[in-house]
Amino acid sequence: MMTDFLLGHYAYWLTLILLSIGLYGILFKKNLVKKTIGLTILQASVVLFWVSIGSKWGATVPVRHYSLPTSEVANYLNPLPHTLMLTAIVVGVATLGVAFSLLIAIYNRFQTLDEDEIRDQIQ
Amino acid sequence: MIETHLPALIALNFLVFALLIPLFGIWKRAVCQPLAVTGTGISTALSLYGFLSVLNDQPLRYFFGAWQPPVGIEFVYDGLSAFVVLVINVVAFIVLIHSKHVAIGEFAQKQMAYYSLVMLMMLGFNGMVLTGDLFNLYVFLEISSLSAYALIAIGEKGAPFAAFRYLIIGTAGGTFYLLGLAFLYTVTGTLNLIDMAAMLPELADNRAVVTALILMVVGIGVKAALFPMHGWLPDSYTYASSTSSALIAPIGTKVAAYVLIRIMLFLFGIELIDLVVPISTIVGILACIGILYGSIMAIAQNELKRMLAYSSVSQIGYILMGISLANPFGFIGAVLHILNHAIMKATLFMVSANLRMKEGHSDISLFDHTYRKKYPLTMLSFTVAAISMVGLPPLAGFFSKWYLVLGTVDANNWLFLVVILASSLLNAVYFFRILEKVYMSNPNSEVEASDETSPMDEVKPSMLYTTLTFAVALLLIGIFNVAIVSMISSMFPGGL
Repeated sequence: MMTDFLLGHYAYWLTLILLSIGLYGILFKKNLVKKTIGLTILQASVVLFWVSIGSKWGATVPVRHYSLPTSEVANYLNPLPHTLMLTAIVVGVATLGVAFSLLIAIYNRFQTLDEDEIRDQIQ
Repeated sequence: MIETHLPALIALNFLVFALLIPLFGIWKRAVCQPLAVTGTGISTALSLYGFLSVLNDQPLRYFFGAWQPPVGIEFVYDGLSAFVVLVINVVAFIVLIHSKHVAIGEFAQKQMAYYSLVMLMMLGFNGMVLTGDLFNLYVFLEISSLSAYALIAIGEKGAPFAAFRYLIIGTAGGTFYLLGLAFLYTVTGTLNLIDMAAMLPELADNRAVVTALILMVVGIGVKAALFPMHGWLPDSYTYASSTSSALIAPIGTKVAAYVLIRIMLFLFGIELIDLVVPISTIVGILACIGILYGSIMAIAQNELKRMLAYSSVSQIGYILMGISLANPFGFIGAVLHILNHAIMKATLFMVSANLRMKEGHSDISLFDHTYRKKYPLTMLSFTVAAISMVGLPPLAGFFSKWYLVLGTVDANNWLFLVVILASSLLNAVYFFRILEKVYMSNPNSEVEASDETSPMDEVKPSMLYTTLTFAVALLLIGIFNVAIVSMISSMFPGGL
């Protein structure tokens, strides 16, 4: 029973573990690059969650095939979550770009990427 | 043609200008600001026209590519979204006119990028307000946030670090919203707000819906600077350039508060929320803590912009409190406060920009009575906005607080009532100490002061008259508040 609960929802457990790792990185890492990595993991976990809800066994890609009549839509996957995640991945890449350019600006001004040292320098 | 395509035109106009500004900016840097003003002006005119026509007419639903929802993406142009779009575009229009000399003074080399980013940010905010599709909302949220991070980074030495902190916490908030949306999508199979709102009441006992509600409120709460998640705000508004703060402070958190209104009152509906999880009570209590915390921290600040930033944390609490009250008076108070606070905060940040332009600082401890001679009109605008923030009639700020108070009485919620009254007192403390410095001369230096001649030395007309416009607007909104309230009364969500 318990094993079924653990194994049957493995995609959700994966999401949860990745989400926790990402949040841990954001909250507790002092290095700003590591924070950015944590952010990326957090985003990836949500993207994987969306991808996992869009997949199922015994169905094929949503391209019409003659042996699978469109009247039985259950034979095809729902393509929408995957399409949405393409957009979310692009958003993630853009965020990463902005984050790295900010990091370069921070490093040029403070000569460090450690959160505490930067805070000391500002005050 | 304009009528049918109006919602799309208002938002996408900004995208056109975001591309035009770099094109012309390469040729001549001086055309960037006029182009940005023109772009915002067109959208302001369109949203004014649209607001007036929506008032007498049915809400407009615009389907992109003529794809009917729930398949396609739609823009919903109803009374509430028309109102908020009008507010943010008018504020942006005036602040952009004001920005000309600040931009030349503070970041002359970066004007092209700055104004192009402003246009992108406005596209994001307008899209967030107008869209009726929840994933589309996420995309617009990220467009506006990414531009805002970059805008905040253009500023003082600490600005990139403040922007980076905002980026980390803001993107985490956006990701939580997306996760919440995933739960909703699995149980409803739609992304359209109206479509989903019709399905949710039947799914009230589904745990996925409860989780989604909490995740979405937390995610958007970060953007709205709801109390424990406000940490990014003070640094960002302080270190950003004066004109960026004047633009982002009035608009950014208000749009997030509007999204919270959409999610809590329109999508889930207050009955469903009260049935499953007491999140409206939690938001209300957090708003109360935020109001008091923001006011007390504002008293402790010595830098005008930082004080205004903490005051923003406190003021956003009023809007969230109005949402959590979830009765007609609370709703009117919240929507009216979106308008009032946008204009009050824009005025105050523009005054701080004017002072920085002339004095090179906005340190409150260095303010003195010569300011009233040197900058009579700037200080008049400051006084009007400050009194409005405290909430004295007949200025605008009184009326939103009045409706919130009526809402708390209506809900028998005496705790909220005490918080509103206490925070008005705290507001008075931190604004009147500045007014005292400016309008009362120091008795110890009286002899010196009478000898000293300080001729009038106001800022440039483009900065002065825009600041004054807002001060006059505060008075007019206060006087004509009955008309505005009757407009807001037609925007109630169902079930209120």
